Amino acid sequence: MQTTLEPKTSFEVSNKGFYGHFGGAFIPEMLYPNVEELRQNYLKIIADPAFQAEFWQLLEEYVGRPTPLFLAKRLSAHIGATIYLKREDLCHTGAHKINNTIGQILVAQRLGKQRIVAETGAGQHGVATATVCALMGLECIVYMGSIDMERQKPNVDRMRMLGAKVVPATSGSQTLKDATNEAMRHWINNPIDTHYIIGSVVGPHPYPDMVARFQSVISEEVKKQLFAKTGNENPDYVVACVGGGSNAAGAFYHYLNEPTVRLVAAEAAGQGVSSGHSAATTALGKPGVLHGSRTILMQTEDGQVTEPYSISAGLDYPGIGPLHAHLFESGRGDFYAITDDEALQAGFQLSKLEGIIPALETAHALAALEKMNLNADDVVVVCLSGRGDKDLSTYSKFL
Amino acid sequence: MTQELTQNRITSLFSQKSERLLNLYFTAGYPSLTDTTTILRGLQAAGVDLVEIGMPYSDPVADGETIQQSNGVALDNGMSIKTLFAQLADCRNATNGEPVTVPILLMGYINPVLQFGVENFCQKCQQVGVDGVILPDLPLDLFLEDYAPTFRKYGILNVHLITPQTTEDRIRFIDAESDGFIYMVSSASITGSVKGVSDTMKTYFERIQAMNLRNPRLIGFGINDHETFDMTSQYANGAIVGSAFIRHLSEKGTSAESIRAFVETIRS
Repeated sequence: MQTTLEPKTSFEVSNKGFYGHFGGAFIPEMLYPNVEELRQNYLKIIADPAFQAEFWQLLEEYVGRPTPLFLAKRLSAHIGATIYLKREDLCHTGAHKINNTIGQILVAQRLGKQRIVAETGAGQHGVATATVCALMGLECIVYMGSIDMERQKPNVDRMRMLGAKVVPATSGSQTLKDATNEAMRHWINNPIDTHYIIGSVVGPHPYPDMVARFQSVISEEVKKQLFAKTGNENPDYVVACVGGGSNAAGAFYHYLNEPTVRLVAAEAAGQGVSSGHSAATTALGKPGVLHGSRTILMQTEDGQVTEPYSISAGLDYPGIGPLHAHLFESGRGDFYAITDDEALQAGFQLSKLEGIIPALETAHALAALEKMNLNADDVVVVCLSGRGDKDLSTYSKFL
Repeated sequence: MTQELTQNRITSLFSQKSERLLNLYFTAGYPSLTDTTTILRGLQAAGVDLVEIGMPYSDPVADGETIQQSNGVALDNGMSIKTLFAQLADCRNATNGEPVTVPILLMGYINPVLQFGVENFCQKCQQVGVDGVILPDLPLDLFLEDYAPTFRKYGILNVHLITPQTTEDRIRFIDAESDGFIYMVSSASITGSVKGVSDTMKTYFERIQAMNLRNPRLIGFGINDHETFDMTSQYANGAIVGSAFIRHLSEKGTSAESIRAFVETIRS
């Protein structure tokens, strides 16, 4: 399997890291050398044939790519459209996150880094990072909100078993936002030998672009697989959940400039958009700067970042990636707010209809199908971003 | 440089005094919401050369635990940029006791300033007598592109940081585009996390000293007692103390005597 990892034209990031009004690199001077080193080198590194060969070999032989594109017949009958599931849950470590950590660990190696720091919400990115660090023999430190450590304990244990040090983030809401703050602080304190593997399409340029490129393997495969199954590489809709938005960026990437394909993003409404316990960023947020980029951000009138809430730790983030902010502002993407209850129901439904227990994050994308007013002849691809094993303790409360 | 900048209290200060300047940082609204001007006046009475007032932010990634915690308390107390400007409104006038004449810098993160409105922010700074700002997550490049004309229009200095990892070219660029002073971060760190002055730090200080920059320099991060103040002052025009002062305010209170005692321990 070969790819180009080439940028798309109209939603391409600018050389300063902006997608329309969103993006950039709003970073303290302490991080400037690291981010600049990455900015100046990432395209050269990933274009290198030796990098490409190693990246694709690992995706095939270690991650298990390509992942299947599965026609979900019983779900299709229930929804009343043709639904394909892109099975990222079948990746090694159980989610799409490893596509990016494989890419970034190879970049980090080529930059001569000895240590990796990462943040994690649900733990999927932390596990994926710990996995590639074990594979490459690099020290790994993962920051995780102390509340998330409780609700995603199996993933904490997995990270530790893989040799990572998991550090609780105890400030603020003790979730993903605070884990990200702590990981950034760690990087500030260890600028020379450490690479920060950001897990989503957030952070200062070039992270959103770099992560989107590594995840773009998802839409690249979908195009080929859908063509093989239907004779048309373009579905009517691509649906994915958005916390920071890495699986969505990967699922949308090769469709960004295909105007007949609607891009659908499911955000976590938590207990309801207006409940005060929500993470529905586009519904509740406005432009602002967080974690190094200008994006849409949940915040108070005074510009203080609002504590988000979602039953799903991976969507419990007050912002979205700048590409998604641009998709929202430009109208290229449709954004739906999905409550905890709707996600849980969709998770149970997929389990019973197709024998697939989805991650709670993914369950939000599945719940969007019910709201989309689909026609019988519509072809829909849902990015099944991760498996639900880690969420069993949450699901079991509602059985 | 505009007319306003030449009259700025910070540039005036450095033209009059070039050694052992002491800049103290505290967080607005900490420990209590109404402590801001009390601490400001206490610092002036204690003879500090500059005062840096932190505008609290929910996610202060360049700061360590002590300052982050003070930010959280201040936000819980109800502090905001709007409230801070209201508290500072009369401090330069003699209507409410001794007027504050010490140069004032506001330090904070870009998002609250963006929400307040950059022009509105600069105008308010000018009105209440704020001389400069430190916004660590607004890199010089983005500042020059989008905001520099507004800051200059209102005579507000924007102080930029350099670190041991900043390249010589970038230091020259920052020096060329800065007015007021350069904030030298002592080591690769967040605030309040460094103890003592290492040989590596001295080598860095000497390297910068030898560059003969046009701007004066203050060293910050890790300056917490007389020894570190004395040591760093040999290599720059002075130093900035933050976390240690926040800890002192927490433990010993905000009275003029308490503040004078702290400043004396740093200076002598």
